[in-house]
Amino acid sequence: MTVRWTELVVFAALFVLVTALGFYAARWQRGGTLDHLDEWGLGGRRFGSWVTWFLIGGDLYTAYTFVAVPALIFGAGAMGFFALPYTVLVYPLVFLPLLRLWSVSRVHGYVTPADFVQGRYGSATLALLVAVTGIVATMPYIALQLAGLEAVLRTMGLNGGGLAGHAPLFIAFVILALYTYQSGLRAPALIAFVKDGLIYLVIIAAVIILPAKLGGWGSIFDAANAKFTATKTPADGILLGPNNQLQYVTLALGSALALFLYPHAVTGALASRSRTVIKRNMVALPAYSLVLGLLALLGYAAIAAHTKPIVNAATGRADSNTVIPMLFEGQFPSWFAGIAFAAIGIGALVPAAIMSIAAANLWTRNIYKAYLHRDATTEQECRQAKIASLVVKFGAVALIVLIDPQYSIDLQLIGGVIILQTLPMVAIALYTRWFHIWGLVAGWVVGMGWGLTLLYGIPNPASGKQHFGGSALALNKLSFLGWHPFAGSQLQIYVGFVALIGNLVIAVLVTIVLRQLRVFNGTDQTTPPDYLEDEGSPNLKPVAGMLR
Amino acid sequence: MSSRPPVQRRWSGWELLLLVPLVSLFTPLYNGDEPRVLGFPLFYWAQFLFVPLGVICVAVVYLKAGDRR
Repeated sequence: MTVRWTELVVFAALFVLVTALGFYAARWQRGGTLDHLDEWGLGGRRFGSWVTWFLIGGDLYTAYTFVAVPALIFGAGAMGFFALPYTVLVYPLVFLPLLRLWSVSRVHGYVTPADFVQGRYGSATLALLVAVTGIVATMPYIALQLAGLEAVLRTMGLNGGGLAGHAPLFIAFVILALYTYQSGLRAPALIAFVKDGLIYLVIIAAVIILPAKLGGWGSIFDAANAKFTATKTPADGILLGPNNQLQYVTLALGSALALFLYPHAVTGALASRSRTVIKRNMVALPAYSLVLGLLALLGYAAIAAHTKPIVNAATGRADSNTVIPMLFEGQFPSWFAGIAFAAIGIGALVPAAIMSIAAANLWTRNIYKAYLHRDATTEQECRQAKIASLVVKFGAVALIVLIDPQYSIDLQLIGGVIILQTLPMVAIALYTRWFHIWGLVAGWVVGMGWGLTLLYGIPNPASGKQHFGGSALALNKLSFLGWHPFAGSQLQIYVGFVALIGNLVIAVLVTIVLRQLRVFNGTDQTTPPDYLEDEGSPNLKPVAGMLR
Repeated sequence: MSSRPPVQRRWSGWELLLLVPLVSLFTPLYNGDEPRVLGFPLFYWAQFLFVPLGVICVAVVYLKAGDRR
């Protein structure tokens, strides 16, 4: 395949622009010191409504959105549209808990969700579980961003085979790693303006021009319907079938509950200046959901336009992630395709940076400082976090090089199942301390074990995989020690949801026993008013960077 | 921090509005092709409508429910 030079030049120019912004960001809205996690890891904790909107929007609506969701719609139809109800549900659900988390974190100076758990329960074990879960769940999420970036690079003709074929991705990531190291959270915050601007531009153009070229939305849906009717699989189609509606609903709800348990989402929220900033954003962020829904439907446009995914030279298989890039390549002039590729590529860099910062914060605060170097100074903490952000990024690169990017979405679904198991420890703990530490630990062990076992047992006939073939579990496979309560049912359900229910049941049972036995349940560093404090209160812990 | 006046968490009836978007989990409501709007099957345009519904619910809670939560 030949290199598409026009696209590559446009892409490279925009990439250079955001690289310059990334390095410049270290000086933007700068506080007194960068050698503190409040500054490097949370951007000084004083982002206003606009910056937060771009930052969280850039953080949550990732390359996954732009590449993998439309690819899912392209391949399976209506099921892939779960992303829309997912992002509709998330804001009403997290509105109140997120405000409480913001307040208590500002009163006590918490940087990570695990910091909060440590303060709430006085248990380093519990905090460690939350931190490890967060890091493990974030890694494949970063890898997914890389898969998106690589899909674009390969579409532009940088489609080499073997290890050398990953070189362009590697170079892009070294640059990202360097400016994240230097500027911390300010780099993705500033780049997010460019990213979101490009995305809105591209999607508006696509939504107007593509239907006009392809005969209107009606015929796009009809073309998709014809394709799915022709296939033998009953599970696909432009509407949900009898067996996948429960999966659709539980996946949307489970993903919505999981989103703000991810460390990078919490990082974005804690970087904001006040409760008002968060409230306004919970109202304004769904603007991205509309874009997400429209983008998802480009998967159908790709069917109508007879788009073919390109074959990844490193794996020898068609890479479904290249469907959307190829759609733009086929339907738009080269220069505009270049802009679209840059939007996707930069759309991968912003969340990858925030995720690596969030994972680095977890490592530093809840593993390094809690276990390895208890009396680390704030400077040492910050240096440790910067190095950890590099390690996390290269771990994600290794994941993508060693594993077929085709599975990136499955990897991320596994991450979602895992992170959901911290819901009782983090989200419920914002409201009540009723659960016992060891009840939560037992629930986590059962939820993780069960969730991973179920995922292991799910085959994917389409890709010929025996294990980890997706997150939809047929109910007839559900068994409790040999008892099949739903034998014969082909209804599918989201594994994460099942595992969370198991987690909660065990946590409740163990808690009841331990409370009866009056086993010590740790000390609570927080008080009820801590969860309600707002900007300007004298009870907030001063932010390091403000002390200039 | 012990000298703070006690602040009570107050539930507001408005907050129940946050549960309204859960209606989007009821698939029989919208899992159909007809009627189409601008070529979009019901399944798609109905779910797009849930976006402004969610925004309105959250916005009303933001404006009406007071701050002490």
